[in-house]
Amino acid sequence: MSTSEIDRQWTTRLRRRAVGKIPPEKMMPDTQPSYVSSWIYVFGVTTISALIVVIGTGCILALRGPTWWHGSDIGHFVNSLHLWSVEIFFFSMVVHLWGKYFMAAWRGGRAMTWITGMFLFLASIVTALTGYVSQSNFDSQWISTQAKDAINSSGGGAYFNLLNFGQMLMWHIVLLPLVLVFLVAVHVVLVRIKGVVPPFEDSPSASHE
Amino acid sequence: MGPMLFAALVPLNHPDYYFHWHFIEISAANAIVIGLMLVTFVAALLLPFPGRRRRKENR
Repeated sequence: MSTSEIDRQWTTRLRRRAVGKIPPEKMMPDTQPSYVSSWIYVFGVTTISALIVVIGTGCILALRGPTWWHGSDIGHFVNSLHLWSVEIFFFSMVVHLWGKYFMAAWRGGRAMTWITGMFLFLASIVTALTGYVSQSNFDSQWISTQAKDAINSSGGGAYFNLLNFGQMLMWHIVLLPLVLVFLVAVHVVLVRIKGVVPPFEDSPSASHE
Repeated sequence: MGPMLFAALVPLNHPDYYFHWHFIEISAANAIVIGLMLVTFVAALLLPFPGRRRRKENR
């Protein structure tokens, strides 16, 4: 195959474009700026770590089914791990959001990072809601009958029916996890491309103190 | 034994307690979680990060 033919291949062009945009040393950096040495910067990765546990425990729940997670000790345990990793996920995400909000983390051309984070937050709320209505217990019945009114009043009830267990379960275990994982990947790649947002500069008066 | 002990420490088999203040109505559980998030946020800003001093000395 000639060099010009290789250059025209879509795999070659895609690889060169990807490597040009995100060089490997930028994608997996050896060091971070010194200002990242603060606890406020750990909550993004804590959120992703919790998401990994959420997905892992969710896969185990999917393997065994509701009879198992409602009726056995180990099922209760995995069910609890799934719930509490979701609690840690949201807890960390909110602290991460507050930290980034007060840093104005959209500065320096990072608007898309902020926007993908915002959509991640919204998608996570819908994923949690579909999870709560998929528990197959009295709690899920109560939540679905209450939440359907909110969805119906928005006009979305014809497409997103909280009382349709099959639809809610499929959104929870297929569609929304795909959306979340895709958005997390884009969010992290954007952070790698643009770098972690630096803190605000000290005011001139503060620098003399 | 473990679940029974936990149930004794945190009795959950009752309606949730709610705080009411003007138009604000929030369950005790949600208020506690929000309070913990605020405490964590402030602690993350104030607590020293391990190895920070060493990194500064190396620079």
